[in-house]
Amino acid sequence: MIELHLLLLFMIVGAIVAVEVGDLISSVVAVGAVGLGLSLVFLVLKAPDLAITQLVVEILCLIILIRATIKRDLPLIKSGRWHFNTFSTLLFIVVFLLLAFISLHDLPGFGKPLLRVASNYLREGFLRTGSANLVTSVILDFRAYDTLGEATVLFTAVMGVMVVMRRIGRKKE
Amino acid sequence: MKANQTGMTLIVKTITRLTVGLILLYGIYIVLHGHLSPGGGFPGGVIIALSFIHIMLAFGKDMAFKKLNQARASFFENLGAIIFLSVAIIGFAGGYFFLNFLSKGEPFSLFSAGTIPLYNIAICFKVAAGLFLIFVALVVLSRKEEE
Repeated sequence: MIELHLLLLFMIVGAIVAVEVGDLISSVVAVGAVGLGLSLVFLVLKAPDLAITQLVVEILCLIILIRATIKRDLPLIKSGRWHFNTFSTLLFIVVFLLLAFISLHDLPGFGKPLLRVASNYLREGFLRTGSANLVTSVILDFRAYDTLGEATVLFTAVMGVMVVMRRIGRKKE
Repeated sequence: MKANQTGMTLIVKTITRLTVGLILLYGIYIVLHGHLSPGGGFPGGVIIALSFIHIMLAFGKDMAFKKLNQARASFFENLGAIIFLSVAIIGFAGGYFFLNFLSKGEPFSLFSAGTIPLYNIAICFKVAAGLFLIFVALVVLSRKEEE
């Protein structure tokens, strides 16, 4: 478990660096480091499917962010009511930690799910679908409706991006 | 001489020419073995999209559009959605939506697990074409005005 805590510490430090550093490109690189740390966390928790997905999506997002920000020189706002902002942020952190301390006692422990359907999938997934990879057998057979919804979300996102970013309409031949 | 002016330097172009086929093959491998080993349609599709983005970053956008232009990418995106939905609807012939109607086959072999490889291939088409289109829209189309 010690490597998991080290990775979480690394991700928190990376997130703070990403917020506090002055340069835009350095900030993007720090966000990428947080994402790669998350991929290693998935690997430590023995979820290689999620680790692969997180790694490749992180690389794609990093390429898009770097290409989108490499020529822009956005000004950094230094003036403003920083005392008020810092005070309200600290207040919200205290309130959040207090509520979390009260409410997180009732959650089930790590690796002890309340729902019994998951153990059912583990027992019968291989026999009922014939798929050696249990994750695939869940997302494409037992829970295929979820995958249909995810595909619809991606389709809608692509359509929205194309509509918003396309400056020139397609001409009829 | 004119071909060398777009994109990155000669070193990057040579390395890209050597590696981009391997990246594409690795994506196809992850998609086809999605029901046997970690991976599946989504990460494999992202890797295939990354291979086309690799070409676009190294050689410039004209070379990449020669391989996969926008109209063809939209066609593949729609094709993936139609394959996914039609395989799911064929399940109605045997009873219900998303029925695994093909035979389970021999476990741990490439042709096993019924319809799951078909869903993987459909999702791979959708994700590869969709993410390539998002990259094109965010990086290329939004810069056309500034140049």
